[in-house]
Amino acid sequence: MDLSAINPVLLIAAMIAAATPILLAAIGELVVERAGVLNLGVEGMMITGAVCGFIITVNIGSPTVGFIAAAIGGAVLSLLFAFLTQIALANQVASGLALTLFGLGLSALMGQSYVGIKPPRVEATPLGPLADIPVIGPIVFGHDMVVYIGLAIVAATWATLKFTRTGLVLRAVGENHDAAHALGYKVKRIRTLAILFGGACAGLGGAYISLVRVPQWTEGMTAGVGWIALALVVFASWKPWRVLLGAYLFGGITQLQLNLQGAGVAIPVEYLAMSPYIVTIIVLVILSADKSRAPGSLGRTFHASG
Amino acid sequence: MTPLLALRGLTKAYPGVIANDAVTLEIAPGEIHALLGENGAGKSTLVKMIYGLVKPDSGTMQMRGTDYVPTDPRAARSAGVGMVFQHFSLFDALSVAENIALGMETPPPMRALATQIRDVSETYGLPLSPDRTVGDLSAGERQRVEIIRCLLQDPKLLIMDEPTSVLTPQEVDILFETLRKLSAEGTAILYISHKLEEIRALCDAATILRGGKVVGTCIPRDTSARDMAELMVGSTLATPKAAAHNTGNVVLDVTGLSAPAPSAFGMALKDVTFQVRAGDVLGIGGVAGNGQDELLAALSGETPCVPGMVSFLGRDLSNVAPEMRRGLGVLSAPEERLGHAAAPNMSLTENAMLTGAAREGLSVRGLLNWPKTRTFAERIIAEFDVRTPGPDNAARSLSGGNLQKFVIGREVLQRPEVLVVNQPTWGVDAAAAAAIRQSLLDLAAGGAAVVVISQDLDELMEISDRFAALNEGRLSAPRPTSELDVEQIGLMLGGAHGIEVAHV
Repeated sequence: MDLSAINPVLLIAAMIAAATPILLAAIGELVVERAGVLNLGVEGMMITGAVCGFIITVNIGSPTVGFIAAAIGGAVLSLLFAFLTQIALANQVASGLALTLFGLGLSALMGQSYVGIKPPRVEATPLGPLADIPVIGPIVFGHDMVVYIGLAIVAATWATLKFTRTGLVLRAVGENHDAAHALGYKVKRIRTLAILFGGACAGLGGAYISLVRVPQWTEGMTAGVGWIALALVVFASWKPWRVLLGAYLFGGITQLQLNLQGAGVAIPVEYLAMSPYIVTIIVLVILSADKSRAPGSLGRTFHASG
Repeated sequence: MTPLLALRGLTKAYPGVIANDAVTLEIAPGEIHALLGENGAGKSTLVKMIYGLVKPDSGTMQMRGTDYVPTDPRAARSAGVGMVFQHFSLFDALSVAENIALGMETPPPMRALATQIRDVSETYGLPLSPDRTVGDLSAGERQRVEIIRCLLQDPKLLIMDEPTSVLTPQEVDILFETLRKLSAEGTAILYISHKLEEIRALCDAATILRGGKVVGTCIPRDTSARDMAELMVGSTLATPKAAAHNTGNVVLDVTGLSAPAPSAFGMALKDVTFQVRAGDVLGIGGVAGNGQDELLAALSGETPCVPGMVSFLGRDLSNVAPEMRRGLGVLSAPEERLGHAAAPNMSLTENAMLTGAAREGLSVRGLLNWPKTRTFAERIIAEFDVRTPGPDNAARSLSGGNLQKFVIGREVLQRPEVLVVNQPTWGVDAAAAAAIRQSLLDLAAGGAAVVVISQDLDELMEISDRFAALNEGRLSAPRPTSELDVEQIGLMLGGAHGIEVAHV
């Protein structure tokens, strides 16, 4: 065992990067659920985003364009979910599961000829001298753009939900869609927009895995991150900052246990591998002991009646 | 004078039913206009058209002489139409201020809005704190939220759908003061209610709907409640009459019943004591949220209680679960129709099975006898005049009043020894309410002990032999109804619960 092989600064920097895909997917799903829609297709939208981002980046050579394509890819797939649940009034749970299965299959098909290719590197954000500050530099200022975008989305989501009319209307639609309809709000339109936002965020998170974390394309490479993101939203009591905390906790411990495994700590690998799940769940369960609860209309289909 | 709102020949048909058939109606500025009709007469559809929730198939609406075609509620609100809904359209998890902001087109910043809410609530004698979460409020307070939401829009026409069903007589008086003040300021009010005496006290004019058609108009002050009811029903109306009956032995004995509040929003029961004899109707009045639901739950067996508190014919009921109590003949019908008294997505037959299984012998050794259950459901539908295509329809598809007839009928037809009902005629039209009350009286005449928990004091005066008031989880000593008048009862209920008369 050689713990000295672990560099704490690089470890913390890696923890932040490891948390980003979960964070992006979870914050997107949080908005969807606050609007009253349960989209279980996060995994499918992530992997679709991952493959779209990968293909575009390899062909065009620009990761920025790739990430934009990933967000669009995720959003387009979520549009299918929006059609099924908001227009065709299909069951949300079944549609979400179908979306995941469809996304996994579609991405495998699209990515067939891209297996084994290495994409162009995603550069760190040029923050100039800030990145050269010892310790803080690599941890805070040494990341690529998407890490900061993820944080910005969390902050913007929190502020929008709390301080703006848009956020209030979104929460109202999620809380009681019949009352929102009676007051003249366009329940379906608002929900569709929320679903699109969730899809775009999930796509972005997926592309972060295929372009930065791994970086290559393999089938099913999101490996359940979408499901973790879904669980995280619930354990975070639908609160943006708790999603951030949960994602960093989960991403951080995942990274830590990988490092510990690498250093040859005398704990069975199975225990290390399960540690992120256990710690995250325990912390968030303790936090969610207050009286917060799910949005009132979550998962219920809205029929506009006369 | 040009009317504020003029409806001409409004027609709206749904598949299989014409909800409104060429309805014509005029409301002058500042007029308080009553809209009367039985359940299903088309009142809701009509106001939904005025509020932009439903588009008419034909006919025109004019607001102050110009065409008024609201495409959605926002358009209606900006034209000066406000609506207080019967089933409150509020968001439980949001604060009072947030709820009000959602009903406004261009709400001011939250802090300014909070000040406005305080001002308006003081002006109209409707105290309300803007920061409270709506889920924690009582029914009366929730209604204030809706009213204030409308008042902040400075409406020209205020539509009120059954506003007094949750209020005490004193609260009703205060609401009427508020409405009269609004009317004096030039706001017209379209007032929907089943309570004819209220309409006589408040309204300047009335339009009566039956089967979607206007069947008459009248000046409520000059028309007797009975005449109006007969116009609504289209036939003469029978007042419930108690047959002469003798009270027998004590059937239900409740002694020192105390129970902690079941939830943060509930009310603890404190030392509730009463006895009901066979043939006796005990009326329990009180404003919603004073322990009615908890009392019913303790009597039905939903919440367990300490031995010795509740007994039936001398038998202690503390360990007897609801289904076993039903088997013994202790039946109950809770207030909340959808989700408590009936499972919304299950058919009427299935709902009949849910409480009827034990007493009607609908299940034998765990196997369900569906044909017999269906017959039972059909009997409820026939005897209680439940308007539905048949027993296979989901409970959800029935209107509130019809479902109420079904859930009361389901218990009454099981020939209970003890029947506890909460709000038996809530949202039910005059004729059906009279029928339900009559069935409760008949049940008592047949030797059952009946406990009626209600917020409708006229109802309690009409059917109960004795009256007790439930206040903050405490029950007053029951007194014979014949010794009481509504004023005294109002005082028994503990006054107006923090409401003061409008002081401007």
